[in-house]
Amino acid sequence: MIQIKDLHKSYHMGSNSLHVLKGINFTVEEGELVSIMGSSGSGKSTLLNIIGMLDEADKGSYTLDGVVIKDLNEKIAAKYRNQFLGFVFQSFNLINYKSALDNVSMPMYYQGLKRKERTDRAMHYLEKVGLADWHHHLPSELSGGQKQRVAIARALASEPKVLLADEPTGALDSTTSYEVMELIQQINDEGKTILIVTHEDDIAHMTKRIVNLKDGVIIKDENVNQVKAKAHV
Amino acid sequence: MFSIERWQEIFEALNKNRLRTFLTGLSVASGIFILVILLGFSKGIENGVRTQFEQDATNEISIWTNVTSKEYKGLNPGRRIQLTTESFDAVVNKYGDYLERKSPIYSLWGARVNYKNESGNYQVRGTNGDYQFIENADIGSGRFINESDIAENKKVVVIGNKVKKDLFKDEDPINKNVSIFDMPFKVIGVYFDPGGEREESTMFIPISTSQQVFNAGNDIRSMEFTSKMSDNFDEAVALSKSVSEAIEAQIKQMHIVAPDDTSAVRVWYTLEEAKKIYSLIDTISAVFWFVGIGTIIAGIVGVGNIMLIIVKERTKEIGIRKAIGAQPMSIVGMILQEAVFVTMFAGLFGLITGLALLEAVGPQIDSDFIKYPQVDFGIAITTVFLLVFAGALAGFVPAYRAAKIKPIVALREE
Repeated sequence: MIQIKDLHKSYHMGSNSLHVLKGINFTVEEGELVSIMGSSGSGKSTLLNIIGMLDEADKGSYTLDGVVIKDLNEKIAAKYRNQFLGFVFQSFNLINYKSALDNVSMPMYYQGLKRKERTDRAMHYLEKVGLADWHHHLPSELSGGQKQRVAIARALASEPKVLLADEPTGALDSTTSYEVMELIQQINDEGKTILIVTHEDDIAHMTKRIVNLKDGVIIKDENVNQVKAKAHV
Repeated sequence: MFSIERWQEIFEALNKNRLRTFLTGLSVASGIFILVILLGFSKGIENGVRTQFEQDATNEISIWTNVTSKEYKGLNPGRRIQLTTESFDAVVNKYGDYLERKSPIYSLWGARVNYKNESGNYQVRGTNGDYQFIENADIGSGRFINESDIAENKKVVVIGNKVKKDLFKDEDPINKNVSIFDMPFKVIGVYFDPGGEREESTMFIPISTSQQVFNAGNDIRSMEFTSKMSDNFDEAVALSKSVSEAIEAQIKQMHIVAPDDTSAVRVWYTLEEAKKIYSLIDTISAVFWFVGIGTIIAGIVGVGNIMLIIVKERTKEIGIRKAIGAQPMSIVGMILQEAVFVTMFAGLFGLITGLALLEAVGPQIDSDFIKYPQVDFGIAITTVFLLVFAGALAGFVPAYRAAKIKPIVALREE
């Protein structure tokens, strides 16, 4: 599903140059649930942003579902994001003046779906994350865990190939974190490819594979025995 | 642009941000509203002053005499100068080419006038047919004095509308006889004057008749002319001035008055007055325009500011939208469409309220100096579009820049 070869990325701030990714080689097959770990500054978020086409690499190749992602302009990047990817952010990033239902509908608006179909599909995904009864609530009326579940529903609504989650449990307490992880595991069990960036060990062990990053290189990449989140809830 | 989905999206955003929408709208609507009111009253003042001024012909020249104040050619000061029909004819002979209307006047203040049981005191003015145009008198019924009235010393009278109302009430006065100092005069016409009642309480009789019945011989009290108008206002003023001065010199010479005697022969011409008033009107409208344009600029800056804030506030939203697949241009388009819709709606609202207020209040204004305040609709509509355009432009730059920001940067913004 994802093939990355010799990926480099530097940030320039004035005269200082920060080499964040120093040659990443990394492959993800369909249906995997991978966590990317590392301390802050290890480059894990940068890697996720490049995979998410929110950012661009300086060097190296990146293939997503057979499509070479290269020299993207904004237009094509937007199209690919809409087509291939679903995002879940640490700070949820819901639009605060739209109801849960409208937030989930939005990716489909940009896919050009009719309102009726958008609403039906959004309701379906809200049901899936267990928030059908909350569909008319604004994000401000939802708890952190509920917001993240709305965000997951939104990420799924565009029916992406890959779900990218950047510290999805970073802003949640441990009980809520496990609930969210349970949902993510459930979605993965249905066959969706999921990448999670995290720095929490217990969260990482709820995935099937852990990739450890340090100073811009992968130091460890191993399959682990998945801990089912359900046991903790 | 016309997709229903897009409009639904926009109305939702506007509806969910009512205060912001309201403030944007208010700054636009009030800008246009104030401009409309200002321009309306500027026009109203212009109309009012112009009407005030149009009571009499604007190119009028009046000449009357008084006593001399200086010794001249052995003649003592304090001598009364008397104008006569001959002096009038001499002026007409010499300067007739530059004069349009010419009229000698012999008038009596406070003549006793009776009709049946009604009576009153009015000014009786002996004059000729040209005087109708000098006074700007409109004949309501009947006719004005003509040449044959003068040639035959007819005892006929043209009365003002006020005199008619006082003496005749609802009766038709034409061909009825009124008595002036117990002498019967036949009413031949009724006139109206744009100057109102004050100017409608005079009675006109033929000059020859007035000289005869009041035993004035050839004497006249004053003479009035209008100088020829030209399209160029300054030229007209110059002509009026030079003719006035020439006539003054001629009369002084005929009646043996010192050329520098300012009290014996008085000449007054309205054009110079007119020039002052028109330049005053110009100044007033310039001031109103200045204030109006200032208001519009303030409005544009206000709208621009609000747009900047809106885009700033929505940077994160823009990032989210981009992350879930929005094209940059669709975001710019959405923000612009929203901005144009709000400014246009509010601008037209301000325009219509302003026009409605002028329409409602305008006729109620009972002032001699403000009449029919109105606005050139084209100018008003142009300003609305100008404001909309400026608002769109002010919104476009930050929206474009925001859409260019990488989603990752926009999302990081808290």
